[in-house]
Amino acid sequence: MAIEPAITDIEQLKDRPAVARLLAWNAEAVQGAKFDRGELTVWIKRECIRDAVGMLREDSELKFDYLADVTCVDWYPSEPRFEVVYHLFSTVKKHRVRIKVKLEGSDARIDSVVPEFPSANFCEREVFDLFGVHFEGHPYLRRIMMPEDWEGHPLRKDYPVEGYR
Amino acid sequence: MGHLVQPPVLEPMAQDRTMILNMGPQHPSTHGVLRLILEIDGETVLRMMPDIGYLHTGIEKTYEAKFYQQCVPLADRMDYLAPFSNELGYCLAVEKLLGMDIPKRAVWMRVLLTELTRIQSHLVWLGTHAMDIGALTVFLYCFREREDLLRLFEAIGGQRMFTSYFRVGGLAMEPPLDWFDRVRKFVDAFPEKVDEYENLLTGNPIWQRRIKGVGYISAEDAIALGATGPTLRASGVDVDLRRDNPYCGYENFQFNVPVSTDGDVWARYVCRVQEMRESQKICKQALEGMPMEGPFKAEAPKVVLPEREKMKTQMEALIYHFKIITEGFTVPAGEVYMATESPRGEIGFYIVSDGGPKPYRVHVRAPSFANLQALPKMCEEQLIADVVAAIGSIDIVLGDVDR
Repeated sequence: MAIEPAITDIEQLKDRPAVARLLAWNAEAVQGAKFDRGELTVWIKRECIRDAVGMLREDSELKFDYLADVTCVDWYPSEPRFEVVYHLFSTVKKHRVRIKVKLEGSDARIDSVVPEFPSANFCEREVFDLFGVHFEGHPYLRRIMMPEDWEGHPLRKDYPVEGYR
Repeated sequence: MGHLVQPPVLEPMAQDRTMILNMGPQHPSTHGVLRLILEIDGETVLRMMPDIGYLHTGIEKTYEAKFYQQCVPLADRMDYLAPFSNELGYCLAVEKLLGMDIPKRAVWMRVLLTELTRIQSHLVWLGTHAMDIGALTVFLYCFREREDLLRLFEAIGGQRMFTSYFRVGGLAMEPPLDWFDRVRKFVDAFPEKVDEYENLLTGNPIWQRRIKGVGYISAEDAIALGATGPTLRASGVDVDLRRDNPYCGYENFQFNVPVSTDGDVWARYVCRVQEMRESQKICKQALEGMPMEGPFKAEAPKVVLPEREKMKTQMEALIYHFKIITEGFTVPAGEVYMATESPRGEIGFYIVSDGGPKPYRVHVRAPSFANLQALPKMCEEQLIADVVAAIGSIDIVLGDVDR
């Protein structure tokens, strides 16, 4: 299985149901899309994330009713530094999509999706704990893995593997 | 120290009637170091809050500092009851990044070992779950078979639990000569053993009364809270990634996916016991269809370590070996999310590569972490004694939760 080159042109991805529905819903919210190694990624504007995942869940054609995962990637030192990554799955249609949101390092804040997907609760706490991204509207945003009085966010790239000595 | 400095708070809702009870982290029935904060009214649990992180070892950070081939043992160590399932998820993810095909023999071996792991994991679950509830005998029966399986794993990988036998591009080495006969013997005898467990439990009125109707969660709640694997299927949601998004040759196997609509501890018990039987069928098919000849590693000298014999006779093999060990192998830039069905549910490896020899970011979507979020819902308005049954029924592994 040789790797096919990634498709990053959103015009070519318009026939993908998830991209088509998101564009029809709010074309301004979609910042880009990529199809690579059989997986579809859509970049969404930060302000629209909660409504976007809500739309994907409610849409009768897509039915992305299961939030498998929320995580983050730190692209330090380049900006926008953080990419929050949502993996959605449909228990009915059995398909997947990856939603990404870019965040500036100086303003790492994003709306929590807990009102749409309660399962995001622990995942967002984990991202908050290990990356220091704030999820606004989260019901209980506290450290989950590290001790309460821990300093720093260990999964950031500028955090040394051995920890601060 | 942090938890002592400022413990997570659960404010009592009604000060005069309720009390806050701390359960764990050293409680024997929490299957590791899980701490639960319960708000109780008499014997009834009103609310529950899990407090985790006691086993956090920063495995995701460690991944970023290791070469791709060095990460396989780390995958083992997250879920110590299903090491092969984790290895499989990791190896498939890296192979997907590399765009690599692996030989048929390795694929079938992987399926066989993953299903044996599923049986092994379910045996530990059944033994400890029954013991938590008070049926002590089943534990001894389950661990008898588990011991057989661990000996098989030891024979093939040199270690009982953390075998690191799956490698990127195939398998570590040839299985020993009599290994398949031993597996066949085990697989053929196994259905009778499951009958034995069921004889002890399924018809037992104490067992039934103890777990029927306990720890109920509806299909909507299970999906919303992210429950996965048998916990989700016991609530009537028919999702099994082996069948729905086939990977690693699972499309070649015939098996049923046990689903129950009861949504209680009993349903999860029934689903898992049935799953053991289905896994036995898959093992049998894998043994019958396994190609006995052919390579067990992909033909990719820059990624897969050469065999020992070749290293001693061929200069190139020695060079490649040296290069892989000292510099690692590079992986084309990109990202994948590889979801596979572990005994506990969907385990997803999200790997981001920047083109270098070390992963830029690895995130593990852990099934126990997801199932734990459904636990408070299951325990609402239940008795404290039933909390223990509910914890056992989601088959939690704290190494997997905390990573």
